[in-house]
Amino acid sequence: MGWLVFAFAVWAGGWWLNTRLAALPPTRAVSLAIPVVFGLTLVAVWEGIVHGFEISPVLLPAPSAIAARFAASTDILWQDFVQTVIRGALSGYAIGCGSAFLVAILVDRYDFLRRGLLPVGNFVAALPVIGMAPILVMWFGFDWQSKAAVVVVMVFFPMLVNTVQGLSDTSAMQRDLMRTYGAGYWTTLLKLRLPAAMPFVFNGLKIASTLALIGAIVAEFFGSPIRGMGFRISTSVGQLALDLVWAEIVVAAIAGSAFYGSIALLERAVTFWHPSQRR
Amino acid sequence: MRSVVPVLTVVLGIFVLWYAAAVWLNAPWAWDKATRSGEVLTTQTLVADTWSQEKPKLPAPHQVGAEIWKTTVEKKITSKRSLIYHSWVTLSATLLGFALGTGLGIALAVGIVYNRTMDKSIMPWVIASQTIPILAIAPMIIVVLNAVGISGLLPKAMISMYLSFFPVVVGMVKGLRSPDAMQLDQMRTWNASPQQTFWRLRLPSSMPYLFTSLKIAMAASLVGAIVGELPTGAVAGLGARLLAGSYYGQTIQIWSALLMAAALAAVLVGLIGLIQRITLRRMGML
Repeated sequence: MGWLVFAFAVWAGGWWLNTRLAALPPTRAVSLAIPVVFGLTLVAVWEGIVHGFEISPVLLPAPSAIAARFAASTDILWQDFVQTVIRGALSGYAIGCGSAFLVAILVDRYDFLRRGLLPVGNFVAALPVIGMAPILVMWFGFDWQSKAAVVVVMVFFPMLVNTVQGLSDTSAMQRDLMRTYGAGYWTTLLKLRLPAAMPFVFNGLKIASTLALIGAIVAEFFGSPIRGMGFRISTSVGQLALDLVWAEIVVAAIAGSAFYGSIALLERAVTFWHPSQRR
Repeated sequence: MRSVVPVLTVVLGIFVLWYAAAVWLNAPWAWDKATRSGEVLTTQTLVADTWSQEKPKLPAPHQVGAEIWKTTVEKKITSKRSLIYHSWVTLSATLLGFALGTGLGIALAVGIVYNRTMDKSIMPWVIASQTIPILAIAPMIIVVLNAVGISGLLPKAMISMYLSFFPVVVGMVKGLRSPDAMQLDQMRTWNASPQQTFWRLRLPSSMPYLFTSLKIAMAASLVGAIVGELPTGAVAGLGARLLAGSYYGQTIQIWSALLMAAALAAVLVGLIGLIQRITLRRMGML
């Protein structure tokens, strides 16, 4: 009972604090503090509810148990992280986004290709591409190569569509100006159209960053060597070791947020001129 | 209409590439078989063989087409081997998850637009929730809900819901905030109550945003339902067909399930597009 009262008190206190904070002038510290308070409140409520209702750790482990497990098995988690995120997701991400970028420049050069590939690319981007995973695992074997291949297939079309769209995002006036400067195709591409395409390119890169992690993890459900986050999650669920599963999820969440965040930072540095980045 | 010829050309190119890749990938097996039985392969027999193997590395399009025809038209719908039966299992989970996700998304968006505290505290977490590869949790959600006694449709729909609520929240927040200060001031001069402002101004002007998000949400929901079927041990559904096919090396079965999923996605997204056009036209926005 005490735990339930604790959970309720924390919830009420956190909400009250946030209401007060939201009424303050929106400085940077305040707008950062509010979501942090909300998150901490959620974790505390979770802890209170698990203890209060005496929920079995087989169903939902308490945050403290997850943290203990995380600290106890850092070597396994690190090994899985290297296998899935660095070998599988990152290499696939680099290959997929890089090739999509080059293909986009090629497609943009020829109007015929652009009009043909763009609808098809849009169509494919909406398909459940993740279903390719079993086929690619069959082709490339169980190790990280097949995971990278799944990631390549998943990120290629969103990236292609975004880049092609970005490359056509210059006005006729701007292109005419480049022509009056006597600029050729390559100069126009490098000095005008690629910089103008950057907001779209980063949009594609952001979408691709979440897809990459999902692809690498789900591909491991179809077969993997005895390490990797997807492998660990699916086997630990079978052994009802849910605290380890949650520890893996924490790793995945940190990796995903760090991945997304670093791209967002890079975007701010590259597209500092864009209205959405100005402050 | 201008882009019909280019699109057809690209699609034709994909088919040509597909057939060529089938020859290239299946040729080693064909050579292997030929040397063992002592046959001599001419180019013609080689090509014919690579396009008609039992368990090819990459089945040719016509093999997949034949398999789809066999499992949809020639099988009874109630049969466990009918692709329509499996599609229906996946479709029902997709639609339920989509409905739940859209409801949750719209509710959250209204809360975020009207409540400052919710906006400040929830919105960052809504965005952060998507950087977490949620599909990784799918097996756990299924197993845990099964342990509590919830099984069947709902666990899969929960995963679909989690994937589909995000685009709806983001789109609806943007849409509900799309009326500019001038329009809001106009409502105020008419002495409109908050409810009237919501129903007459904010909701109607959010419709284009809503439909764009619904398309993304539907595609995401289908992915969620398919992945949600993986850990249940390949009982029913398109995801189960994928998994069973990969266990037994039935590549043709995998490809037919994959194409069926693609067709499902295309039909569902197309349907929303159609509703979008009709609605927006009646509202005078198109």
